[in-house]
Amino acid sequence: MTGASVVIIGAGVTGLSTAWWLAREGVDVIVLDKGVIGYEASSRNGGGATHYQSPLFHEEQRLWPMMDEMLGYPTEYRPRRIVVATNEAHFAAYQRITTVLGRLGYHAEILDAKQTREAVPLAGETAIGAVHIHTGGQANPQRTVQAYAWAAQDLGARILQHTPALGIEMAGGRAVGVRTAEGIIACDQLVVAAGPQSGTLLRGIGIELPIAPARAEMIVTEALPLMPLGGVDGNGLYGRQTLRGNLAYGGGWHEWMDELPLHGKMPRQSTPVLQHLSQRLAHLFPKAAHARVIRSWAGIVENTPDGRPVLDRPANPGNVTVATMSSVGFGLSPAAGRALRDLVIDGKCSFADIDKLSLARFAGLDPDWRRIQGWVAPSSFNSISQSQAA
Amino acid sequence: MTFIDPKSAAGKLARPEQKFDLLVVGAGPAGIAAALAGAAAGKTVALVDEHPVTSGMAGLDVPYFFGGRASAALTNQARMIEQVAAMLPRLDEVFDAGVEVMLGVSVWGAWVAAPGLETLPCRVAGLATDEKSWLVGFDEVVIAAGARDLVVSFAGSDQPGVMGAQALYALLTRYEAFNGRRLVILGSDTLALETALLALDKGLEVAGIVEVRAAAQGPAELVSALQERGVAFFAGYAPVKAETNVEGVVGLEIVPVAGGEVKKITCDTICLAIGLVPSVELLDVLGVPLVMDAEKGGYVPEQKITGCITAAGDCAGIAGQDLAYRMDWMRVLLATGGNGVLACTCEEVTRADVFAVNPPAYLGPKPAAMENRDLRTLLKDGPVDHDQMKRLTRVSMGPCQARRCREQIAMLLAIGAGTGPESIKLAGYRAPVRPLSLAALAATDDSPDWDVWFGIGAQWVPYADIGTARETEHLTRDAHL
Repeated sequence: MTGASVVIIGAGVTGLSTAWWLAREGVDVIVLDKGVIGYEASSRNGGGATHYQSPLFHEEQRLWPMMDEMLGYPTEYRPRRIVVATNEAHFAAYQRITTVLGRLGYHAEILDAKQTREAVPLAGETAIGAVHIHTGGQANPQRTVQAYAWAAQDLGARILQHTPALGIEMAGGRAVGVRTAEGIIACDQLVVAAGPQSGTLLRGIGIELPIAPARAEMIVTEALPLMPLGGVDGNGLYGRQTLRGNLAYGGGWHEWMDELPLHGKMPRQSTPVLQHLSQRLAHLFPKAAHARVIRSWAGIVENTPDGRPVLDRPANPGNVTVATMSSVGFGLSPAAGRALRDLVIDGKCSFADIDKLSLARFAGLDPDWRRIQGWVAPSSFNSISQSQAA
Repeated sequence: MTFIDPKSAAGKLARPEQKFDLLVVGAGPAGIAAALAGAAAGKTVALVDEHPVTSGMAGLDVPYFFGGRASAALTNQARMIEQVAAMLPRLDEVFDAGVEVMLGVSVWGAWVAAPGLETLPCRVAGLATDEKSWLVGFDEVVIAAGARDLVVSFAGSDQPGVMGAQALYALLTRYEAFNGRRLVILGSDTLALETALLALDKGLEVAGIVEVRAAAQGPAELVSALQERGVAFFAGYAPVKAETNVEGVVGLEIVPVAGGEVKKITCDTICLAIGLVPSVELLDVLGVPLVMDAEKGGYVPEQKITGCITAAGDCAGIAGQDLAYRMDWMRVLLATGGNGVLACTCEEVTRADVFAVNPPAYLGPKPAAMENRDLRTLLKDGPVDHDQMKRLTRVSMGPCQARRCREQIAMLLAIGAGTGPESIKLAGYRAPVRPLSLAALAATDDSPDWDVWFGIGAQWVPYADIGTARETEHLTRDAHL
């Protein structure tokens, strides 16, 4: 029987970072994934690394500048961000970011329209100002997930692709392995970082993780001359200019989905929403309006009822660590992996208070929470409407 | 009344102004037959064809490998529309049947409801010119998108004057806008021989037919017909280098596959005619299951009819294609041209970069740890995956949307992995399947209730403020728009 001290379900960015942090200390780790590493939302996102809302923010900021060196593989990390305002309401809102960052001890400066156009050459007359955040940054999600995987492998971690977890085996009140088509993979400790599928897997062992999957979309243009700073958001969009020069941007309408299967092809179509992304990107960057859109992405992400992560090792069964970043996982992954390493090995995060990210906060949650919040697949509410009409 | 997340896609996409019972994509023989059959059955029918493409699209080799040999005539779009319309078969019948014909209009995506895609107002297709895009609704769709050129590379093949047989055929027959005089044809199967005969019939010179296998592959009567007209055959030879000047190709160097003296052939155009590839990009976007068929040109729809979607004509599979023949070409080009040849011209990725899984040049010197990583180490983690190679090497990631390299990369991956090309999973197609500008693709209607992410206010409350008086302040004054 195969096995490892720690088995991680899900080779997304959170699972892979955790594996790397564990392997750095010589812990024997296996990561399994239903497909290829980082194939879902972990490699289809904006690449931003500026999450001031998170208790992991300081660690995120501390680690990113060191990640290329620590991993030994490139992540394409670049520091700083600019948020461009195209209307007064946005400008007022963005300026509040400076207050929040100031409380945390970070600097952000307000740019006027002229300064904005100088700092962001693709911006134009639509820009009325911006906030230049002197921290945070961006990296290439696709390259970063591979970097985690390779770095973890270099340290002895094993990554099993195309090995869907079908269930968790329990014995003596503890998780003892993961059921796969090839047999049981035994473990002393288990980390469930399976993204939208985590809820299904955990329910099988009596842990209720409330999450709802949804599809979000991005577009990618051909390469354009590099701006001095690629991490530019605004006009309802997040994203970046990649080091190659492409604009990769997302935002806007998401589509809630029913629970996803544990294996098989994930539905992840991009849709005509890309017309609206194009409109907003051309408005944010009038000087890029001629740029050709050459592809789009759709990724499926999960959200908890309050949109905040769950990083927790519940008392029962005691050797299962639950990890969801609630749709905001990429940028925080260096720090999240370290926090999860701490939870698995020490039972407590050593560098930040993450108590408010425990599962216990959902103890009294209405089982019908998705319907109450309106976070259901359209077919579900269509059938509800029809039954109500009848 | 059910509450619906106001920031979600539910109900957001407007119903298209135009809707047809039947939408036909592609006005070749299969598309026209489908349009006429639909009209005869009393359906409202739209027939959309991207030809004539603009010179800008032709420059990106959309949809064929034009290789810079389309003439300046393409810049007069109105004139070209008349030209292409006049060449359509059964045009009068189509108009008499009341079919709405849209020429010079591309289809960049099409969608029908599926699990995870339930927010469409109806079945829709995205249409566009170079200037604007719009949606039309349909009940049924026939994809008759035809075939595109199989492109393989050799030194200099990224220069103007190296083109594909489909492109040449279109420029000679439909567009009458070919800018070349003297051709070398690569390949000797029926496709290549017919291409050579067409060129001769159009008054062009054919300076030679080059075949990597030991003998011409096509029907003997076509071979002798060409020989009688003075066309030289170079069987057992491989193209190794296109000689070029600022205007493009001026000659081709060929070398015996078994080794020997290089020969030079003077020409202004080198036409790749070793195979065709079904144009399945819209079928993939529509979610139609695709399977590899080694005798039909590559990935084809598993079934011709999938629900309301029908694949017709060459995009459903092309008779007489042979994957083994393509692989012979690829192996010879690799053996004679070496690893330094570009496999992906848009992103300047060489064959060596593919085999070594090299990161792109813009990242500078390869980190030490990466020296131990290549296609073979990647194989230990699972089957080689074209989509994964894209993100690691940037191969197939350029503005031509992999029209020029997709099959070649799959063949190289198969060679590098020691497997057959049929084992290489199709790299997914994504809308927009045509490289349209942001300005052209931009929606013209509003995007109400738009939020930069999910619009979950609690998600952005600074951790320290959760559960404090400040939390309300954040929730009512969202900084994250």
